[in-house]
Amino acid sequence: MRDALHEIVEEFADTPKELRLPLLLQFADALPALPQRLLDDRDAMEPVEECTAPLFLAVEVEPGQPVRLFFDAPREAPTSRGFASVLHAGLDGGTPDEILSTPNDFYLSMGLDDLVSPLRMRGMSGMLARVKRRVAAGISA
Amino acid sequence: MPAEFDATTTLQQYAHPERLVTTAWLEANLGTPGLVVAESDEDVLLYNTGHIPGAVKIDWHTDLNDPLTRDYVDADAFAALMRAKGITSDTTIVFYGDQNNWWAAYALWVTSLFGHADVRLLDGGRKKWVDEGRAMNTEIPALADTDYPVTQRDDSVIRAYREQVLAHIGNGPLVDVRSPAEFTGELLHMADYPQEGAIRGGHIPTAHSVPWRRAADETDGTFLPVDQLRAIYEDEIGLTPQDDVIAYCRIGERSSHTWFVLTHLLGFENVRNYDGSWVEWGNAVRVPIEKP
Repeated sequence: MRDALHEIVEEFADTPKELRLPLLLQFADALPALPQRLLDDRDAMEPVEECTAPLFLAVEVEPGQPVRLFFDAPREAPTSRGFASVLHAGLDGGTPDEILSTPNDFYLSMGLDDLVSPLRMRGMSGMLARVKRRVAAGISA
Repeated sequence: MPAEFDATTTLQQYAHPERLVTTAWLEANLGTPGLVVAESDEDVLLYNTGHIPGAVKIDWHTDLNDPLTRDYVDADAFAALMRAKGITSDTTIVFYGDQNNWWAAYALWVTSLFGHADVRLLDGGRKKWVDEGRAMNTEIPALADTDYPVTQRDDSVIRAYREQVLAHIGNGPLVDVRSPAEFTGELLHMADYPQEGAIRGGHIPTAHSVPWRRAADETDGTFLPVDQLRAIYEDEIGLTPQDDVIAYCRIGERSSHTWFVLTHLLGFENVRNYDGSWVEWGNAVRVPIEKP
């Protein structure tokens, strides 16, 4: 697992249970805004159907360049924003190999499944699966 | 001591107007002794981003469901929850939440299983409160523990089980409150919730399809006027207030909303919620299923 993502997983796991949701909220608040070029071209973003709230992502893969990830979720959907922000903070700027080697169930170690319905937690795996698919398509293109 | 009822004229058309409060009434009554406002949401972080001042959070997943068995919490755990939320047995609880009060209605129904007397819904839910620009804050209220009594859950009156539903087919009306595509079996899950699925699609034989959301105004999320509700449930599918009705959805949350409408707004006396719902029925061996 990429170091940056691993550190986030550890941070959640080491945080007392009652402070994990506030921590996820901090991530939700820290999700960067979309760059103008994506705001102008919403069709370039892929909807993530595994999430219960409207969530969109975009992945930019250029040969020899770090992978760039972009997520968009409404403020009224802080849990989805929080999940997106964890992936952004952990994987944005990584190499294709680092992203593709992320375990699909990495989030199980965060200790959130007691707090968020496990079924809803899978919104996170839906996002990761789509990111990986886009990265794989990008390097083979 | 319970709070006064909301005497707003528009609420008096319903069979039990004491089960609803308006946003204006709630704002005017915030802080009244004996009144606790409880937020129950689909999104577990929403309360933390800001809530009605003084409101407590009751989470459908972590507070109301047993962590091991697929069932609600037991009497001890429910009493402990109420004590921690500053609620006594004669407190007025006003529930509100996101998604047209979907989870708020569920929390209200579970609370009713334990016989809590004065439970009400905020008409229009969280969205209406926010849209009207009413006060919100992020302060978690500091509450002293109460002496809420340990009360046994009564599952015999407003809750239905699989065997009862099976016996009900052909003997009483069933209302399927899921989306049309779930009812026809085209979808094995609710749109956007692909994990909460079932092996088989369709509906329980004889069930009427009335998606739960139809009971709320599309714009502000408040309940429809009583004549429009009667047009849907009585004229359109032929229910009468004396009927023994069972409502179901996927895990029993959306049907809690319909249970509230039939019981408290239309005054039906025998409405049960089958919380096993399609996640149980659509995975159960040898139960009958109908597809159009």
